[in-house]
Amino acid sequence: MSTSVKSLVNQPYKYGFVTDIESDTIPAGLSEDVIRLISAKKNEPEFMLEFRLKAYRQWLKMEEPNWAEVGYPPIDYQNIVYYSAPKVTEKKKSLDEVDPTLLETFEKLGIPLSEQKRLSNVAVDAIFDSVSVATTFKEKLAEHGVIFCPISEALQEYPDLVQKYLGSVVPVADNYFAALNSAVFSDGSFVFIPKGVKCPMELSTYFRINNGESGQFERTLIVAEEGSQVSYLEGCTAPMYDSNQLHAAVVELVALDDAEIKYSTVQNWYAGDAEGKGGIYNFVTKRGLCQGKNSKISWTQVETGSAITWKYPSCVLVGDNSVGEFYSVALTNNRQQADTGTKMVHIGRNTRSTIVSKGISAGQSENSYRGLVKIGPKAEGARNYSQCDSMLIGDNAGANTFPYIQVQNNSAKVEHEASTSKIGEDQLFYFAQRGISMEDAIAMMISGFCRDVFNQLPMEFAVEADKLLALKLEGSVG
Amino acid sequence: MIRDNSETILSVKGLIASIDETPILKGMNLEIKAGEIHAIMGPNGSGKSTFSKVLAGHPDYEVTGGEVSYLGQNLLELEPEDRSRSGVFLAFQYPLEIPGVSNLDFLRVAYNSKRKFAGLEELDPFDFDDLVEQKLEVVKMDAAFLNRSVNEGFSGGEKKRNEILQMAILEPKLAILDETDSGLDIDALRIVAGGVNQLSTPDNAMLVITHYQRLLDYIIPDYVHVMANGRILRTGGKELALELEERGYDWVLEAEAVAS
Repeated sequence: MSTSVKSLVNQPYKYGFVTDIESDTIPAGLSEDVIRLISAKKNEPEFMLEFRLKAYRQWLKMEEPNWAEVGYPPIDYQNIVYYSAPKVTEKKKSLDEVDPTLLETFEKLGIPLSEQKRLSNVAVDAIFDSVSVATTFKEKLAEHGVIFCPISEALQEYPDLVQKYLGSVVPVADNYFAALNSAVFSDGSFVFIPKGVKCPMELSTYFRINNGESGQFERTLIVAEEGSQVSYLEGCTAPMYDSNQLHAAVVELVALDDAEIKYSTVQNWYAGDAEGKGGIYNFVTKRGLCQGKNSKISWTQVETGSAITWKYPSCVLVGDNSVGEFYSVALTNNRQQADTGTKMVHIGRNTRSTIVSKGISAGQSENSYRGLVKIGPKAEGARNYSQCDSMLIGDNAGANTFPYIQVQNNSAKVEHEASTSKIGEDQLFYFAQRGISMEDAIAMMISGFCRDVFNQLPMEFAVEADKLLALKLEGSVG
Repeated sequence: MIRDNSETILSVKGLIASIDETPILKGMNLEIKAGEIHAIMGPNGSGKSTFSKVLAGHPDYEVTGGEVSYLGQNLLELEPEDRSRSGVFLAFQYPLEIPGVSNLDFLRVAYNSKRKFAGLEELDPFDFDDLVEQKLEVVKMDAAFLNRSVNEGFSGGEKKRNEILQMAILEPKLAILDETDSGLDIDALRIVAGGVNQLSTPDNAMLVITHYQRLLDYIIPDYVHVMANGRILRTGGKELALELEERGYDWVLEAEAVAS
């Protein structure tokens, strides 16, 4: 390959700064005592401590999974800080009382929290290391009966709701990282949409890892009661460190009869440098339960960051006629590795699922789609359509597709389509000969490739996602 | 359309170029003035296509000697996209397919990058649509093509027409047509040649690279050059093309061998 297909991905990561703030950080290491300490710091109800300890004891018996197409040195779980929070953590009455350094940090990240500047139709929960620092529009949402608050606060205010649903979709011992999260999670968002309510604005949580030694273990729980609707978006960034930070989150969604949850992610954790030093290990369990009939859960993800991504947002379609969707763009560059996809488990009758996965690999990265479509014996008339497209940029990147299909009902219909394409030097020369710069050429090709997924994002974020991908690829060809 | 005082658009002197260290162009000389149509003919492997790619700045080729002056500036110093924006257009022998990018967007971005380069304001999508509509006439293309991905699933003839449509929109100063006639049936050939003729003006120039005389029945050249082994061996008027058609290339090569 000539020099022109070599330098398009190396735009400096613009969220890589560190906020200098005094933190309440516990020593590294994990034990029952640490878990008790976290629980005590958060003044949690007894059931929560039991939940954590149960998870921890299970975790000790489990082994780290190694089936994914990713490679990394062993993680020393005793060398991770499991709790780190900016000091002065007593509850804020209003945003005016939030540490200005933190407000500034989020503003720099493009997430203004202060009254005057905040996004007009998006309520934001801002999470900094282990705790939530601010949630906007809470009062307005409360008028509609919508609860949107840090899960630590929900445990104080609505312990029964949390107890009812927490772990109901992702059991404590579901998998190694989920068990770890269940034991040590420190904060996250809690969303509750009551019966018949259509949430009046987008809800969004913004996760920021700041501490170089700490892991981030957040826990998100969204419950949509009968006939309700909500659209939720999460975003994430982290400073650039030479070391790797572990991010092991769990997200649980529950949709009751006729409810609809749309969950979108724009993940831009620090990916490590060009040689693969540093970056976030993003080992995340996300699962939605379509418990009620006619319910619908839709995952949309744009994964651009992290050194390693291991993530399979899934839908368990229990209710008859329920619908699961997964739309994904995963971009890897340099030495990034992504093994991501979804699981669609059809249990109820006439359940339907759609999977659209777009993988873009540049540099020397590895990008794998891994997906399971499972049709249970009672899922009469279930249908699935999967489409997995890969795009390679340059000659040194890799793309894999691992579709698993298990069908136990003869009336089911499952379709799978896959394609691989490549942005070649000749295509770029064609653009150049028409006066179009390489950056524009790649942006146009990528945006065309990802259109089916970007169309699913809330509008403000679709534009952002487009820009983000273009930025990430700048310099990867050239 | 030749005028004595026409400006010189392209002047190539002693151009030497190679790919993967294999020399292909071995001392090309060519001078093209405004209003002229030049044809380069020659056997396979003579370096015709390489010459067109080198002029457009294809990264696979390395220029190791000679000079190319375009409108008085050193063309070889310009990036490929700047050559295009300055008015050098190459109609590709094998136009590339660009999945996911609509023809209309592609045309608009190309057109606007040229305008931006010239310090002009970009045209908004509505005004651009009007412009494209007029230009579709030149190649008798259906507007439905605009919403399809660039060249994706196009027939050979449709791809070539699409090249001429791009040329009509970009209004180049120097248009290089690399074997534009290859793979065309006679109807498509007429349409493509008709488009080229409509776009030829006293202010621009065309360099038509072809293997066969056939195209030159429709695009009448002012000069015909015979190229072999990386150089131009003979130059004549349009009648030279007919002679080549009749006698083949060998006599030119032999005459050259005797002369040297």
